[in-house]
Formats: sequence, C-alpha cells, structure tokens
Amino acid sequence: MNAAETPFEFFTVAYLTRIGNQSAGNLEELLTGLEQCSDASIFHHTFQTLSSHHFLTEGFSNDFAQWALAEANRDALAEQFAALDIRDYTSIAALRADLCRVLRDFIDAFPQFSRQEALDRFYFCESLEVTMPFSLTASNLDEFRNGVASISHASFHFHFVTSRLRLQFRTNDFSNWLAAGLGLNSLAETINRIDIYTNTLDSARAKLLRLVDRERRKYEHDSNP
Amino acid sequence: MSTIQIPNRIPLDDYSSVIGAGEVTELRTLAKPLAGRSVVMINSTAVGGGVAEILNRLVPLAEELGINIRWEVMTGGEDFFEVTKAFHNALHGAPYHAEPRHFDIFRAYNEKNAKRLPLDAEFMVIHDPQPAGLISYREKNSNHWVWRCHIDLSHPHPTVWNFLENYVPHYDAAIFSSPEFAKQLPIPQYLFHPAIDPLSEKNRDLPPEFVLDVLARYGIDHLRPILTQISRFDRLKDPVGVIRAYRIVRRYFDCQLVLAGGGASDDPEGATVLKEAQNAAEGDPDIKLLELPAWAPLEVNALQRASTIVIQKSLREGFGLTVSEALWKKKPVVASAVGGIPTQIIHKHTGLLAHSVEGTAYQIRFLLSHPDIAGRLGERGHQHVKENFLITQNLKRYLTLFLKLGMSS
Repeated sequence: MNAAETPFEFFTVAYLTRIGNQSAGNLEELLTGLEQCSDASIFHHTFQTLSSHHFLTEGFSNDFAQWALAEANRDALAEQFAALDIRDYTSIAALRADLCRVLRDFIDAFPQFSRQEALDRFYFCESLEVTMPFSLTASNLDEFRNGVASISHASFHFHFVTSRLRLQFRTNDFSNWLAAGLGLNSLAETINRIDIYTNTLDSARAKLLRLVDRERRKYEHDSNP
Repeated sequence: MSTIQIPNRIPLDDYSSVIGAGEVTELRTLAKPLAGRSVVMINSTAVGGGVAEILNRLVPLAEELGINIRWEVMTGGEDFFEVTKAFHNALHGAPYHAEPRHFDIFRAYNEKNAKRLPLDAEFMVIHDPQPAGLISYREKNSNHWVWRCHIDLSHPHPTVWNFLENYVPHYDAAIFSSPEFAKQLPIPQYLFHPAIDPLSEKNRDLPPEFVLDVLARYGIDHLRPILTQISRFDRLKDPVGVIRAYRIVRRYFDCQLVLAGGGASDDPEGATVLKEAQNAAEGDPDIKLLELPAWAPLEVNALQRASTIVIQKSLREGFGLTVSEALWKKKPVVASAVGGIPTQIIHKHTGLLAHSVEGTAYQIRFLLSHPDIAGRLGERGHQHVKENFLITQNLKRYLTLFLKLGMSS
C-alpha cells in the first residue's frame, strides 16, 4: 500500500460563540449588519451553523436564510440565501459580497418589505476558533480510513467543509491529501463531490468511508489478481 | 466548608454510547492543556434549580478530565435571599420598589463570602446575580473572572440592572443563554446554551413497564393520545391557555391533557395558579393536574416518554430546558416562540412554534393528524439536542472558553 511522504494530521476544533453588538429587526438593518459585521460573524452564520445543524437535510442552509423564512416571512429571499453554496467560496469576503448582493437585489425589487419588522430580531454572533492536533496521523489509506472513522463531528467538518477557507481552493483537506499525498486523484475528486447539504455529517462520513473501502478493495484486487 | 461534594458520578466514557467515542476523545484532547489548572464555580444553592443541576454534572466531568475544579456555594441569611429573589424577579422584568438597605444587604453578604471563599483559582466562574459582587474582591489582574448569567436580561428593571452594572464590567467576560439576553457591555459576551444530561434520571431510557406504572398511578389512559406540559404552576407558563388549546383540540380528537409541575404547595402564587387551572378544567376527567414533588425526575421522565405531543406554551421563558428534555425523548413539541425556545424549536424542522392559544391548538391538531411528520420532527429534535444541548457540549464550551482566556494571558 502506498505511503505518503507527509502524513495526514487530524485536528480537532472547538468554537466559542461571541455575541456581537449588532442586531437587525428588518431587511434594511440586516443589510447594514451584513456589510459591517466581522468575517468571524459571516463564518458563524454560514459555515459554522451548517455544522451545528448538519442533521437538517431538508432546507436548512444558513442562519440568514432561516431568519428570512421564519422571522421575516420572505420565502423568496430565503430561497436565494439558501442557494448560496459555501463550497463555492474560498474566502469570506466573496461570500459576504454575494450575501449582500442577494439582499440588495431583493430590497431593490421589493422596497415595501425593507423596513417591515420581523417577528424576532437577527443577532449577529461570531465564532472564535480553537484548533488542536488530535494526536492522530495517517500515512496510508488504511490509517486514513481509521482516522476518519474515529474523529468527532467538529473535526470532520473542519477538514471536510471549512478547509476551503484555509486552502483557498475548492477542495477539502481529505481530497487534497489523497491526491497530493497518495496520488489518488479520482478518489479525491469523488469525495469532494459528496453533498454536505443533503447529507448529515454522519452520512457524509459514511459515504466517504465507503469510497475509501472501495479503493482499498481495488488495491487488494490489483495486488493479488 | 461550602465546597460541594458530588457522590453520584457518571464516568465520561459512559457518554460514548450517546455521543460517540470521537466526541469523548475530543473532550479529552481539548482538556489536556488545562490539566491541573484551577477552576472555581460559585453559585448560591447546592440543590434545586437548573444551575445546581448543571453543576452537579459538569463539575465531576471536568474533574475527570484532570481539571482542578471546585464548586462553592455562597451563604446568606434569609434577608439576603429575599433581596436576591426580588432582584431575580426584577431582572426578569417584574415591578420592584428599590430600598437602599437591599443594596447594603447584597454588598454585606458578598463581602462576608469573599472572606471565606477561595477567589484565587486561575478561572473563576460566578453564576447569576447573587455572588456577582465577589468581583470587587479580585486581586488586580491576578486571574480570569467570568460572570455566567442564567436569567433573561432582555427587559430588566433598570434600578437592579444599574446596580449590577457596578460589577459586571469588571469581569473578563460574561456568558448568556441567548443573544437577546446580552447587554451593551465593554467586555466580551459569549453564548452558552443550558444543557441536559442524557444519562440523568430525568432523561435516561426507562423500562416501558415503569412508564405504564406511572400512567396508571395518575389515572392516565395509555391507549389514547396524551398531551403534556411539564412546568411549575406559574402564570408565565400559561396553564389556563394550555387548557383552552386542549378544549379546541378535543373537538376533533379524543385526547387527554396532563399538566404536571412541582412546587405549588410551598409557593403561594403556585397554589393560586393551580386553583385557576382547576377552575378552568371544570372537572374534566381527561385533564390531569398533577402536583409532583419538587424533585421527581423519574416521574417527569415517564410522563414525557408517554406523551403523544409535548406542549410548552410559555408567555415568557428563560431557556425552557423542558423543551430539550422532550426533544431528547424524540417527542414532537408544540411551543411558544419566546425566550430560548426558538433556539431549540427550529420551526418545521425540530418542532412547531405557535403564538396564540388557537395557533397552539392548530399545531397540535396538525401533528395528531400527521403522525409521520410528528415522528420526523421528534427524530430531528433529538439530533438537535444531541448536537447542541447536552452536558458534554456545555463542558466543551467551558473548555474552549478556558483555553481562549488562558491564551490571552
């Protein structure tokens, strides 16, 4: 079995939610908040919320979409917010720009709703991150499989979802290492296509493990034809 | 000494079967840099109330992770607790007539406690307003002080909040249960959700025969739908509103209503509210008004597990952990959109929210007509609690906070 020169190092991550000083009671105020809030706040309400609500696979996408739907009663706007796929973004700046664009377009099209009070306010919060090595590394596919199977949800989300912001590339830590470390480009690509919106973190992990197992069987078959 | 000893401990590894081994390993990993470092938690009661219930579980788990943690309880006379009870109600928005002696009493007991409590741990966590004044006795820049406020400060009485504002900005951070409870403060404010213990008597699995036994004891028919609200007999929990909603549902479904709560006998207002509920029930044999003892975790657990739908029709609410308790048991919940409830009930995902008696009744009828949807809501609600409102998550947040505070020093 191939061994990578640089082993994969599993990390874990924990977030502290800091309550910000901004809140919004209508769409106009939400736009101001979106323009002015910190990057950590945009991260919290998009990337991080997907992790804490990963088990909702029928229509939950981010906090802005949920607020537009449940509190502001603007289904069309909620749909537009929900359509923003965080896998398309490698920077918070680009994600923020699109969130603002969606909201600005909606307000331009329906100015009568811009100051309509929502049922409850939107409170901007931030995620403060602490990362730490899991004391777990993998040099080959077997070790990688065991590692992925044993890490926490937060660790899986960190490597599989938020990694895009670190790598500045539309992939994830696992695919990146499988391609660069083990030369398994096809496996890396297939794994990168696992849908994190229609899967829970558990089912995404299970799919990833099934793909790795298939690759291992292929390797065993090729080694002992 | 006032250090609380906790005899009934559940080992951290026991939680692996609930949250997964990876999550437990993660807690051990995060705790490693904190091994041997000192934490003191201070509150005002060792028994009764949500704070004591959480600390009872949190402290042993932190200890098992190698943290040198102690739980201390401040002492006070009747005069002190009368004052702090008035403060508590006023911070929740109740009317309050300020008397200068109230503030003197508060200061005097905080000073007395400062002399006997250990205030030199690396991380001091002070729970709620009663011991908030201890910050005055902090040695300058010597350690980290955090104020954990468990109550709803969204509409506080200004006199009491202005008084507390003499203390709170001197902490390094404050923790609230909901963003809307936070205040404009010059210190960082963090969000910690309250938590339930899945292995406690109130939440662990129960043998079905025990559940049936409890139903039989209270004369509840297990063959017909059971609607339940578990809460104190308190007007803010709107028991009469629940009865009105039930009456609307009864036009369409042959169901029963259980309103179960403790503390009415020793609380004059509770007894009055219970009487109001009894009057509203008009002797309907399918409405069960159960006055449970103050601490009846197994009965509460059994009643929640036996329920077809759990209701929490509060008019005001802090966080409303009874909602998480019901969701943990995979029950569909219909609840008011107040306080911390919408954090737990994501409308149409983990339960249904309502804003009125009629709305509550409609949502109940909808779920009784669509048991498949009710089942899905309960299942997702369980996942939501598992991910966000278990004691292990609470522990993880404290570890993260201590790591962050430790890094900043």
